[in-house]
Amino acid sequence: MIIRLTAILFSIIIASAAFAADKSAMPKLDIGKGGGVQCVEDPKEMRTTHMGLLKHQRDETVHKGIRGQKHSLAGCVECHASTKTNSVLGSNEAFCQGCHVYAAVKLDCFECHTSKRKVTAGVKK
Amino acid sequence: MNEINPSSPTISDAQTTLNRREFLTKSSIGLAGLAIAPGMILFDLAHGRAPSEAVTNKVRWGMLIDNNQCESGCNDCVTGCNTEHGLATPTKPTDSQWIRKVQLKDTSTGRVSSLPMMCQHCEEPPCVDVCPTGASFKRADGIVLVDAHTCIGCRYCVMACPYQARSFVHEVLTDQKPETPRGKGTVESCNLCVNRIDKGDNTTACAEACTKAGHNAILFGDLNDPESAIYKRIRTVASTQIRADLGLNTGVRYEGI
Repeated sequence: MIIRLTAILFSIIIASAAFAADKSAMPKLDIGKGGGVQCVEDPKEMRTTHMGLLKHQRDETVHKGIRGQKHSLAGCVECHASTKTNSVLGSNEAFCQGCHVYAAVKLDCFECHTSKRKVTAGVKK
Repeated sequence: MNEINPSSPTISDAQTTLNRREFLTKSSIGLAGLAIAPGMILFDLAHGRAPSEAVTNKVRWGMLIDNNQCESGCNDCVTGCNTEHGLATPTKPTDSQWIRKVQLKDTSTGRVSSLPMMCQHCEEPPCVDVCPTGASFKRADGIVLVDAHTCIGCRYCVMACPYQARSFVHEVLTDQKPETPRGKGTVESCNLCVNRIDKGDNTTACAEACTKAGHNAILFGDLNDPESAIYKRIRTVASTQIRADLGLNTGVRYEGI
């Protein structure tokens, strides 16, 4: 009984230590213009399913020519590109790169797509 | 006289009844027309569809290129295309090329002319037939495209295309245009400025550049729309498809060759 209790206690201590360590290692992201504004979906949902939404949207756009929908990659970049660099890549604070480095997931989108927000000629955002 | 008189009101009655009947029939047709017409009119005005609507085969995009108007030294369509889609001017034979100028010489008469050559947007595209992944596909409105997400870079389509219209991206690219994603390891070709078409623009970068240069050699439009200039022109002027013998029914046609 005592052994079991000690084991449980230990596991709680270790878990909480790990959690604390995780929290400090979490990237401080520059979320661009999107800060404080409601995303296209709930942020919690976006964290887990954005790749699915994007994949669905891309097929609709490429094959059926449906444009301007809310789950577009251009939409992500438009909102979340850094206000300083106009990009979602470039540093570990950048919105896409920062989180993908933290989660150790390869980010392929921007090998073809631009990572920069469209800047209207003459007006710097 | 007396006999006629009582009957005349009956005749006029019958006339009013007929008139009322006619009126009712006509007005009901009119109402039905009104009920259907707004949708139809909107559909026509938007030239096809809203951005959120899928493309349909009611439209078939195509081009008519007038070889007599195309000037030999002019390269504006190529430059226009490169600027629109962020292509660099080719320096190596392996560099991407969506549109190129081809010089023609009639050996019997010595006439030299040139024409732009690009993806012909076939109705029966060989590149689609050979693609093992379905990346090379024809959109409902007749535009032949490569879905770079599914392209594995095998280059079967490059070999299959009779017009040598496709290129393979050999090197890592940077600074792509937002409207034209392009990347290493995939095949690409003229997309008939699909980014413009989806926005509702009724022109392509090459056609625009050609008009700007004052040659008006490229006419772009909907081959299915009886009101479009291209529809009328291909019905009045002799035009041909290049390698028509292959039976691919290209969307790009040429006149004066």
